[in-house]
Amino acid sequence: MHLSSDQIIFWQLGFIKVNGTLVFTWALMLAMTVGVKLITRRLSYDLQRARWQNLLEILVTAIEQQIKEVGVAEPRKYLGFLGTLFLFIALANLCTVIPGYEPPTGSLSTTAALALCVFVAVPLFGIQEQGLGGYLKSYIEPTLIMLPFNIISEFSRTLALAIRLFGNMMSGTMIIGILLTITPFIFPIAMTLLGLLTGMVQAYIFSILAAVYLAAATQTNKP
Amino acid sequence: MLIDWFTVGAQALNFLILVWLMRRFLYQPILHAIDQREQRIAAELAAADAQKAEALQIRAEFEHKKNELDQQRAALLQQAVETAQAEAQRLSEAARQAADALRVQRLQTLRNEVHNLNLEISRGMQREIFAIARKTLADLADTALEERLAAVFTRRLAEMPAPDRQGFAEALKMTKEPALLRCAFDLPPEQRATLQNALNESFAADIAIRFETAPDLIGGIELSANGWKLAWNMADYLESLENQLGELIKQPSQPETPAAGEPETAAEPSPSGAAE
Repeated sequence: MHLSSDQIIFWQLGFIKVNGTLVFTWALMLAMTVGVKLITRRLSYDLQRARWQNLLEILVTAIEQQIKEVGVAEPRKYLGFLGTLFLFIALANLCTVIPGYEPPTGSLSTTAALALCVFVAVPLFGIQEQGLGGYLKSYIEPTLIMLPFNIISEFSRTLALAIRLFGNMMSGTMIIGILLTITPFIFPIAMTLLGLLTGMVQAYIFSILAAVYLAAATQTNKP
Repeated sequence: MLIDWFTVGAQALNFLILVWLMRRFLYQPILHAIDQREQRIAAELAAADAQKAEALQIRAEFEHKKNELDQQRAALLQQAVETAQAEAQRLSEAARQAADALRVQRLQTLRNEVHNLNLEISRGMQREIFAIARKTLADLADTALEERLAAVFTRRLAEMPAPDRQGFAEALKMTKEPALLRCAFDLPPEQRATLQNALNESFAADIAIRFETAPDLIGGIELSANGWKLAWNMADYLESLENQLGELIKQPSQPETPAAGEPETAAEPSPSGAAE
């Protein structure tokens, strides 16, 4: 039994290796891309449209609405980043019902990578929106004394993002694994259902927190 | 070690690739489709609004025209009523006038009839009176009416006042035309000669006379020359008789006692004449 899918090594050449995390991630990426491509291949611009297109439209508009509610002024600009974050994490977590599947989000490497992406993207979007000076000025708001705390907050929240998702997903997988050895039949199923819920909640929390950070960074204090 | 830094980098790269893929295949097409649909719906709504506005405008125009038509109809109706009333009044007036004219005409006709009847009665009476007078004279005095008429006229001529006689004589001298002697009936040659003689004697000249029969003289005889006229007739008698008859007709209930002695009174030869 392994703690993370990183430990499943398929191929290795020195530093470079193809582990379970990467393989499952690629599989998810492939599934998402192909699925989306299949659905959006024949889009309808009329009032009548296919069910799958309807589903995707609901998803996209819901995500856009959610980002807007958080306080981001132009949700479409960040829809690609935040929406993909949510869809990837949610799908990765939902797929735990498939036997033999190890969620990539149960790997601290993946969650750290996603947290790092947020850690990098937030300042980038902030600078793009407010300019370098404007963004850096937000670190000394409301007073200069707050500068160290703001910097610490920047790092700690990234760490928290990574650890929260990893901890939840890893623990879920671990609990199911342990329970399977103790009570093999009914209880793991209940825990799997709980794991699905936890996975969705975690995907929501991760992307909403990223959106909040983005909203804070891109706030331009315009009247 | 829980973190494999190669995996972290690879996953970050994977995520970025996934972001690009999703943008390329999911967000852009879906958002484009949604925008297209929204634009189409907005266009349809705008078109519907425009149509609604147009319909409202047309409705307003229609109502305006309808009101105008109603007003025109009311005005025309009022005008027609007024015209009809005026026409009715005019026709009524015309009918009244026509009735008045007819009434006047009938009255006139009635008067004419009365007049004609009176005239007829007068003539009838005249004829009867002359017939009676002629017969009476013939029976009692063995003489003709014409003879008596000529005699009476001769007497009147003789009794003529002097100034009148003189005026008449001058008039007879001045005129070149013969004096006109009109009589209600044809005078026999003897009477004509008698009258010629009487005139010649009276005016001491040879008077040219033209005799003419005129039934409208009512049993009289008339000499006229150059504006002068000497006449005698029975018109007064007849008028008196007519009046008395008229009184009798108007008072049918009165006893007929006063009418008993009338014929003698009326038949009295109390001739009246006028010389102008």
